[in-house]
Amino acid sequence: MATLNDYLLVSGLLFALGLAGVVLRRNIIIVFMCLELMLSAANLSLVAFSRFNTVNGLPDYNGQMLVFFVITVAAAEVAVGLAIIVALYRTRQTIHTDELTSLKG
Amino acid sequence: MPSYLFWIFSTIMLIGGAAVIAFRNPVSSALSVVTCFVGLAGLFVGLSAFFVGIIQILVYTGAIMVLFLFIIMLLDLKDEEKRTKSLAPLVGGLVLVFAFVVQLIGVLSKSPNKSASVLDQQTLAAAATHFPAGGKIATSLIEGRLPDVHLIGHTLFTDYNLPFQILGVLLLVATIGVIALSKKQAE
Repeated sequence: MATLNDYLLVSGLLFALGLAGVVLRRNIIIVFMCLELMLSAANLSLVAFSRFNTVNGLPDYNGQMLVFFVITVAAAEVAVGLAIIVALYRTRQTIHTDELTSLKG
Repeated sequence: MPSYLFWIFSTIMLIGGAAVIAFRNPVSSALSVVTCFVGLAGLFVGLSAFFVGIIQILVYTGAIMVLFLFIIMLLDLKDEEKRTKSLAPLVGGLVLVFAFVVQLIGVLSKSPNKSASVLDQQTLAAAATHFPAGGKIATSLIEGRLPDVHLIGHTLFTDYNLPFQILGVLLLVATIGVIALSKKQAE
């Protein structure tokens, strides 16, 4: 049987992969996908905590409620973020973060 | 969840996650994210969170990643594949990630471990006393099945009713915002 620490380790590794993608990649769409990976890593640890902390002999469903809300907010975030990316591409013709430097003083 | 299934699904998930960063082509990256999320859904099902596992497949891989692929095709990103990389950000990023992983392993090796309690017929039938007798939840529990969707629905519409409705407003605001953002600006 996999223990709680196994799940937390796997979830942390997935978070690290997402972090690496956000820091290393320069394509803004891939950065955005890696943000989704980080959110999912948090979801995995939430579900693991919910399963390993039983209330009245059942999994603690408060944790899974938080996962439900995170997934919904992530869906809204993706829609708005992709709309911003499309608007950005329409005005600047690039989604490469090295070329988006107009906020630099 | 048997140990070998856990490791198979986590390997699928982590390989998918690594492939997202490794691929140069955005379409390949998006499909790797799909692989990663399928592995993650397997882990959710193994944790007896059937509803969350299904939602992960339906919402993330079904809707969100298709949206990503749609935008990638819309933007027609051909010249993104050939780019020279400078070394300094690469090394900085790798050091940051390495420090995070070392900290994670350090914390997890010190923290107390915990095994999952078994959800067999006896414990489920004992839990049935906390729900109204004769209802769907109690009936399933007495039969030894975990009524995951019913329990989530019960929690969502009793304890989390107000946040649920606020979420509806949030989705409406997001929809309006997306329409306003993607509308062509008048000259």
